[in-house]
Amino acid sequence: MFNYTFQWKQALARLPQMLDGAVVTMQVALLSMAIGIALAVVLTLFRLSGSRILSGIATSWVEIARNTPALFQIYMAHFGVASFGIHFSPWTSLLLGITFNNAGYLAENFRGALKAIPDTQARAGRSLGLSELQAFRFIVMPQMLRISFLPMTNQMVWAILMTSLGVTVGMNTDLYGVTQDLNALTFRTFELFAVAAVIFYLITKVIQLGARLLARRMFRY
Amino acid sequence: MIEIQNVRKSFGALEVLKGIDLTVQNGEVLTIIGGSGSGKSTLLTCINGLEPIDSGRILVDGTEVHARSTDLNELRQKIGIVFQQWNAFPHLTVLENVMLAPRKVKGMSKPEAEAMAVKQLEHVGLGDKLSVYPSRLSGGQQQRMAIARALAMSPKYMLFDEVTSALDPMLVGEVLDTLRLLASEGMTMICVTHEMKFAREVSDRVAFFHQGVMAEIAPPAELFGAPKSPDLQKFLAATA
Repeated sequence: MFNYTFQWKQALARLPQMLDGAVVTMQVALLSMAIGIALAVVLTLFRLSGSRILSGIATSWVEIARNTPALFQIYMAHFGVASFGIHFSPWTSLLLGITFNNAGYLAENFRGALKAIPDTQARAGRSLGLSELQAFRFIVMPQMLRISFLPMTNQMVWAILMTSLGVTVGMNTDLYGVTQDLNALTFRTFELFAVAAVIFYLITKVIQLGARLLARRMFRY
Repeated sequence: MIEIQNVRKSFGALEVLKGIDLTVQNGEVLTIIGGSGSGKSTLLTCINGLEPIDSGRILVDGTEVHARSTDLNELRQKIGIVFQQWNAFPHLTVLENVMLAPRKVKGMSKPEAEAMAVKQLEHVGLGDKLSVYPSRLSGGQQQRMAIARALAMSPKYMLFDEVTSALDPMLVGEVLDTLRLLASEGMTMICVTHEMKFAREVSDRVAFFHQGVMAEIAPPAELFGAPKSPDLQKFLAATA
């Protein structure tokens, strides 16, 4: 019943193409993370604003991002919006979907981090004449980002892995998409996807290691 | 000049300030003593507008603190406040802690702010701790850093809210010495304190707060030497 002959050479011959795909995967993930962090800060400010409308927007975003499949979010960013005549490329849709997911999760992480920072920190800043926004920007936010650093690393890893969902919206230039196309050509399914898995694994390990080094440099207090 | 006129303030059903009238002249050192919950600390946070008041007025150099038209961020530059919990900013070095407000609020250039910060840190005896993070400092050092941080804004008035209460007894002295230094330099100060010896020594006047009322106010020799109200007599007997 088990008479499959492994042909690793065929898979390894495609390695350069897959590595090109890995670069695209990293680009999308990094970009989605950068925009996601910025959006999560904005969502956090919305929640702190005291405005019902703004905090309602932020809460809805977080709820949808955290309680629906990432696949649904990416699908919506492509086929969902297409129903309204908005057409994004697969690359853009994938970026939007992952960014939406990142921002939601990170905003929730930030909320938890804020609870660990005493109110007196902002108060001390206000008493020195800093405005509310300045106290957030220079006193609260740096501490919030530091506390959230580990969850942010996890989200970055998750963003890398989420790029694999891009195939559902026709993405074929990222690592998973490239692998999928190669599979259709060669049918070396196991070998190709095993190589892709190893590349995914290495990318995420490097991210975790890099994050640890970065943390050691950035947070000396 | 700080003028406090018939100020009332409640937290829910609890009235913590029941009509306070008090004027602090420039150059004066006023200490406020009294039991917990007597409203002393609340009054300080009202003076720089961190807390709203229910009625009455507080005027700082003629500007009404709680008027809608008052720019509190600007007014607060004149009024330094140091709290019982020193609230060091943990992510910034000692120097950066002190430089932050001069740079961001006053818009000082970096060298200018740094010169100011170094000057104030040396003033409070922390000239050798500039590049250290606050977590490496003792409580007394952190509290002195908080004082330098407030002084770096060149305030006209300084409010001290039980600044030695959270300190190890061994560290109280160094912080009080810093306050004495400021007083001797002519800074206008309001100090809420439990340090009776300090109050007696440095104050021009001492006010005794009891249950939201300023029960007595007098020069220290008079207030400590001949307390009039039974409440103050009881308080002094208990703290002696």
